[in-house]
Amino acid sequence: MKLKTLVMAACTTAIVAGPAAADLVFPSLDYRTGPYAANGIPFADGYADYFTLLNQRDGGIGGVEARVLQCETGYNTERGVECYESTKGEGALVYQPLSTGITYQLIPKATADDIPIHSMGYGRTSAANGEVFSHVFNYPANYWQAASGIILDILDRNDGNLEGKKIALVYHNSAYGREPIRTLQELGTQHGFELIELAVDHPGQEQRSQWLQVRRDRPDYVIMWGWGVMNQVAIQEAVNIRYPMDNFYGVWWSGSENDVLPAGEGADGYRSVTFHSVGDDYPIFDDIQEHVVDAGLASGAGDQIGTVLYNRGMYAAMLAAEAARTAQDIHGVAEITPAMMRDGMEALEMTEERMTELGLPGFGPEFSVSCQNHGGPGESAIAEWDYDTQAWSIVTEYRAPDMGVIQPLIDEDSAAYAAENDLPMTRCPAEDEMMMSVEDILAEMRTIGLRLDELADMLEAAQ
Amino acid sequence: MPVELLNTIEVIINGLMTGVLYSLVALGFVLIFKSSGVFNYAQGVMALFAAQTLVGIQTGQVPFAHLINAVTGMHVSKFGFDLPSIIAIILTTLVMIGFAWIVVKVIMVRLVNQEPIILFMATIGLAYFMEGFGDLMWGAELKTLDVGLPSGGSFWIEDVTAQWAVEGENYWGMYVDVLDIWATIIAVFLVAALTIFSQYTKAGTAMRAVADDHQAALSVGISLNKIWIMVWSIAGFVALVAGIMWGAKSGVQFSLSLIALKALPVLMLGGFTSIPGAIVGGLIIGVGEKLFEFWIGVPFLGGATENWFAYVLALLFLVFRPQGLFGEKIIERV
Repeated sequence: MKLKTLVMAACTTAIVAGPAAADLVFPSLDYRTGPYAANGIPFADGYADYFTLLNQRDGGIGGVEARVLQCETGYNTERGVECYESTKGEGALVYQPLSTGITYQLIPKATADDIPIHSMGYGRTSAANGEVFSHVFNYPANYWQAASGIILDILDRNDGNLEGKKIALVYHNSAYGREPIRTLQELGTQHGFELIELAVDHPGQEQRSQWLQVRRDRPDYVIMWGWGVMNQVAIQEAVNIRYPMDNFYGVWWSGSENDVLPAGEGADGYRSVTFHSVGDDYPIFDDIQEHVVDAGLASGAGDQIGTVLYNRGMYAAMLAAEAARTAQDIHGVAEITPAMMRDGMEALEMTEERMTELGLPGFGPEFSVSCQNHGGPGESAIAEWDYDTQAWSIVTEYRAPDMGVIQPLIDEDSAAYAAENDLPMTRCPAEDEMMMSVEDILAEMRTIGLRLDELADMLEAAQ
Repeated sequence: MPVELLNTIEVIINGLMTGVLYSLVALGFVLIFKSSGVFNYAQGVMALFAAQTLVGIQTGQVPFAHLINAVTGMHVSKFGFDLPSIIAIILTTLVMIGFAWIVVKVIMVRLVNQEPIILFMATIGLAYFMEGFGDLMWGAELKTLDVGLPSGGSFWIEDVTAQWAVEGENYWGMYVDVLDIWATIIAVFLVAALTIFSQYTKAGTAMRAVADDHQAALSVGISLNKIWIMVWSIAGFVALVAGIMWGAKSGVQFSLSLIALKALPVLMLGGFTSIPGAIVGGLIIGVGEKLFEFWIGVPFLGGATENWFAYVLALLFLVFRPQGLFGEKIIERV
């Protein structure tokens, strides 16, 4: 009798109390094991540490604690999909798959489940077209914009003339590695350079053939689209054949400390395109040290802070948190749903003022997201590795990509996806365009490649 | 000489050098298979673990630092000293001998006379255990390996061969990596030592007897334990050499364990029981895949043919010699 009473009382208490206090769930599809662990660890640490900081310092986002749900994918697409299936029921607000292969698999699933995906600087490039891809965001920059960013830098160094130049692309022989080929071919046609394509099979531990080919063809510039061990081996091989490092560019996934350190002094001067800043000279790192590392709450050993990939993971988390905040403002509730989160991502606006408030002044270019444009303006800068200081530094301004070349490719690829999946090509309401603010118009103009000085001239003329 | 011919010779030389690196990995497989009939799936992970241990010892890293820090709240990472490469190599060899002792005592002796597939499965388990154990012990982050071996293209070879081209051609000379030359020299010494050991010493003869029949070897007084510990130790040392050579190129990271995939076609071609077979097989695979990539892969197939072509080449050889080039033909009479 007594036991029965106790059970009844417990059940009653549970019913009255309702579910446990809600939190904002951010799944993190990590890879801390496997061939790409060396890169996966710092990114995952940065992602988790930022949310820990928000919980410890601010009490969460809008008063609600954030919960990072880690799931190990090993950079394996099937395991990534399993992670998605096993975590989506927990109230996952947004997925950061950290793998182009996993992103491709999740696009239809997440769209059907009404959960947004943020593939920051990777994934399906044409997902930048929000008219077709309602739940996929790849702001602030994508692969094709990275390719354009590299070519813009090469153009700058050659007085805008690449006629007769040879540029080699050494790429990971996968969907990821093949992403920039079309863009570079188009840019080659436009600027008159010859593109030499050299594929490297997974994992890229052995690349002698490709680098002998580089040595024979003597390209003026080499661009690398690699990941994991492919990067380290490629840079070492380039050093071995004495290829000039300042003519060797990597995409942002080929531009971390891990990639250059094994090659030692020879890697000095190697360049990488990037969509965010480098180093740990930002106020936020003091907060992370105080509230996360010193409190013994760091996701890893606390020794990755300020590295390129840690910063990128932290930046991804910061953009997710800001989108959640935007969603809370739009819907007037603190405990948002994935659908609300999607709205927040679509209305996200990152200004320099806000970045400064967050402790990251000048960390990345300003941008805003819209229903039509899920990719942002795609501005990128060039970072260079300095062996003496063992640090990356940004050596150029952030430049707008050549959207004249990229936008038609995005339109073409997204139209093909819409046709395959029987999706509408004009999801966004027309009023949306009419309601555009001045900032939105400026952002849009930047995306179509207009330079600021031209813009200023036009505005002046209009007045 | 025409530049095209010089380029082909350069591809062949580099193929041979790469083949030597494949052979270094294949050797470890052959040693264990030869002595115990076990296809050691963990050989690639042994190379990774050996290289991780070498860097850890060389740089004075505290083993299990992450675990210690997580459990105790301390912040330990390094002892504060660096060791010379040669001392670190000796200490790592001792660690690999200790590892061999544990593997034999904990796994192998319990599986005497079991089916080969059981032993193979045991090594799969060992591989996964070692992957995690190595990361736990030394951390999963990428480590730079430097034991003082020179690397980069040889200026001397470039200068000499540059004069071989037809006059007026803008030819830079042949590229040969100095690290590969060192790898070749080390591999030659290693193979010579192993062949002499296997064929002309008492322990080598005992090793071959164990390979032929565990029970028969036991009946004539050969200690299985001792032979297996010896063989796993040698395989551990070979794994260390392979780990150093490959790790010097890419840094020490998980992908080192995947070099085992490059050894499989070498073993299929050279035979699982022949030390010279591992070398010749490696050279054929190395040259074959490089020439195919140069003549057919890049011009006609878009490149990246080496991984699959190595297996195609091995299978072609298997059609004519199923036991591999140097493998022992097994005749079972009823």
